Amino acid sequence: MSNPTEQRIKDILAGNDIVLFMKGVPAAPQCGFSGAVVQILSGLGVPFAAVNVLADPEIRDGIKAFSNWPTIPQLYVKGEFLGGCDIVREMFQAGELAALLNNKGIAVAVA
Amino acid sequence: MAMAGPDIEQLIREAFPEAQVIVTDLAGDGDHYGARVVSQAFAGKSRIQQHQMVYAALKGQMGEALHALALETAVPK
Repeated sequence: MSNPTEQRIKDILAGNDIVLFMKGVPAAPQCGFSGAVVQILSGLGVPFAAVNVLADPEIRDGIKAFSNWPTIPQLYVKGEFLGGCDIVREMFQAGELAALLNNKGIAVAVA
Repeated sequence: MAMAGPDIEQLIREAFPEAQVIVTDLAGDGDHYGARVVSQAFAGKSRIQQHQMVYAALKGQMGEALHALALETAVPK
């Protein structure tokens, strides 16, 4: 698969260590699952780039094909797909998310 | 735009006949579900792969008719 949307996604991932594809914006999530991931990232004190898929239908469909994952939100760290809300929450509660970010060289405010 | 809980459970059971499957209607609105699937088929798979296997079992309904499914997967202990 190679198309302009896929290239745009790759460019976004290449340009940011942590990328959250979400519904709405961090200050005003349009979906509880997106909001939950924003809260987790904010709680860890890590900077992240947010892409509002509601404002960009091509990205909304493209990101699902890119990761073979049917839902939003989707969290990426250093270009690697970590998962959606359930997996991110599980990893956070187990302390795995902070550990993974540290391993990738991203400073976490709270361990 | 919604799916009935028993339909969700049946699709998962068809794909994972030996699994322990629990589907809960979280909000009581027929639109926000939770599912816990415990199956030997998940052994050796990453969390992402495990969830993708369940999404595949739902045959494209996830993200369409089925808006919200909080998913928990595990291998039997």
